[in-house]
Amino acid sequence: MIIYLLSFILFCLGIYCILRKRNIIKIIVGIIITEYAVNLFFILSAYRIEGRAPIYSAEAEILNMVDPLPHALVLTSIVIGLATTALLVAIAMRIYEKYGTFDITQIRELKG
Amino acid sequence: MTLLPHIIPLFVVIPLGAAFLLSLLGKKVRALPDIFGFMTTFSLFVLSLFAVCFVNLSGTYVYSVGSWKPPVGISMVLDGLSAFMLVTVNIVAFLIAVYSTSYMNQYTSKWKFYTLFFLMLAGMNGVIITGDLFNLFVFLEIASVASYALVAFGTEKHELEAAFKYAVMSTVGSLFILFGIVLLYSCTSTLNMADMSRCLEGTCNSNITLMVSVLFIMGFGLKAALVPFHAWLPDAHPSAPAPISAMLSGVLIKSLGVYALCRIFFNVIGLTSMISEIFLFIGVLSMVIGVFLAIGQWDLKRLLAYHSISQIGYVILGIGLGTPLGIFGGLFHLFNHSIFKSLLFLNSGAVEYAAGTRNLQQMGGLGKRMPVTGGTSLVASMSIAGIPPFNGFWSKLVIIMAAVEAGRYGYAFWAVLASLLTLASFMKVMKYAFMGSLHERWKEIKEVPFFMKVSMITLAFICIVGGILCFSAYKDMFLQQATNILLAGKKYAIIAFQEMK
Repeated sequence: MIIYLLSFILFCLGIYCILRKRNIIKIIVGIIITEYAVNLFFILSAYRIEGRAPIYSAEAEILNMVDPLPHALVLTSIVIGLATTALLVAIAMRIYEKYGTFDITQIRELKG
Repeated sequence: MTLLPHIIPLFVVIPLGAAFLLSLLGKKVRALPDIFGFMTTFSLFVLSLFAVCFVNLSGTYVYSVGSWKPPVGISMVLDGLSAFMLVTVNIVAFLIAVYSTSYMNQYTSKWKFYTLFFLMLAGMNGVIITGDLFNLFVFLEIASVASYALVAFGTEKHELEAAFKYAVMSTVGSLFILFGIVLLYSCTSTLNMADMSRCLEGTCNSNITLMVSVLFIMGFGLKAALVPFHAWLPDAHPSAPAPISAMLSGVLIKSLGVYALCRIFFNVIGLTSMISEIFLFIGVLSMVIGVFLAIGQWDLKRLLAYHSISQIGYVILGIGLGTPLGIFGGLFHLFNHSIFKSLLFLNSGAVEYAAGTRNLQQMGGLGKRMPVTGGTSLVASMSIAGIPPFNGFWSKLVIIMAAVEAGRYGYAFWAVLASLLTLASFMKVMKYAFMGSLHERWKEIKEVPFFMKVSMITLAFICIVGGILCFSAYKDMFLQQATNILLAGKKYAIIAFQEMK
């Protein structure tokens, strides 16, 4: 139980980082943390106590096995995260070229 | 007849393949992006019309990807609602591709634009057609990532700032959605939407359903720009090039936001009265706040972006009522909004193309020099404001009638009020931009090129004749099929499973 709570706390930390930090790079780091928290939770939801990999072998009898599907899904979600992060970092670099700063309090020509 | 289900994956394969080929060859052959853009979107449009016919002939189709039988493999489901959304997305995409052939000449590297455009289209079609929840998330991310890049396409100061804001907020929304999907998976051990709906009936703890509902409302609400989550939209939509603004406001927020919300809450989780109340409240809130914020704007595209928030409020209000008439009105308004809002954004693009400004105070009398742009934007303005013969009137009328029928007089009142304020704000647009005396600066201005005119006139024509869709013969064919799927609610699982066997 405690381990699920820990990954939830990690999620909240990431959200806090996105909401409170002023530096663009720190916001991106916050997004990465949040993403990892969700991925970690996904992997944890597949784990069974004393489970083993679901590979059939003649000598060992399988009593408990972990769910293999989330592992495959998490790979996809990590790749998506990579694409998003790469795009965000590219935009951040261009923003630095134009504005000369990473501070979002000085990058506010648009009023949302 | 056995071949028919095989057209379903084509909706994703064609744009994805086009994007791939363009990124390889687009740099070398200069005419290729335009030809590809036209051919691909036109074939998708024709296919989506076929899809509507097939659904009318014999109901739902299920295609199993890689012949893995559901619920193990990924399935793609074509039913009334998907067919309706496919037509909406692909008709707008086709006309926008026609428009872009001329408009995008002001930018360099047209092939990059078309590559991203096709990736976004593939993502949207995928979200609509898929029957698997994780697959829906993957397609949603494809469409979103392509749209972040498209918002930043100009790579000027404002574009980059808007794109960063949009990307951060939308990524957080996606993470909420993924979190919700994880919880649902750990509860039901399946990802197929039909199977999941069946599993949720029996064993699942109601607290988990509640948590998942909250996460999905936050996540998809962010994608659909409903009011507490709307802050990114007025920056992101105006900053993109005009065809992309039309695409984002016209169909992206609907297919990623509204369609996904409807599909999950009606067909998978099941609409409870609490969720319905939340939909109604959020809908009215977006409707009223969006229109109030819109009135004060002087930037034409920004004004239109605020109106998108307001009109999405109408759609959610209609669907949230949950009655047959309400759902019908909501879906009808969704279709109409995608037509007239893309037309308005294309008009604003035409003004920017010819005059080089978006500020309403600097315009004036443009209607005399640009009769096609002025005329079509008059049609679209009357349509969005709800003047009788145009399509916007009919759908708003149906939504307000449905609200009165359900005994929700307060919501009906706000809907009427928001409609009046919309009329006021579009009178301002017409007065400052197209009517009045011609400004000295714009004496030499010319009407836009041929392709841009063609696409604007076609959209205006659909605005005028769109009203016939709510009369019986056409209604049964197109909108009623989509309404029936949402009304069926959790019976969707039974329908989908019959087809799988």
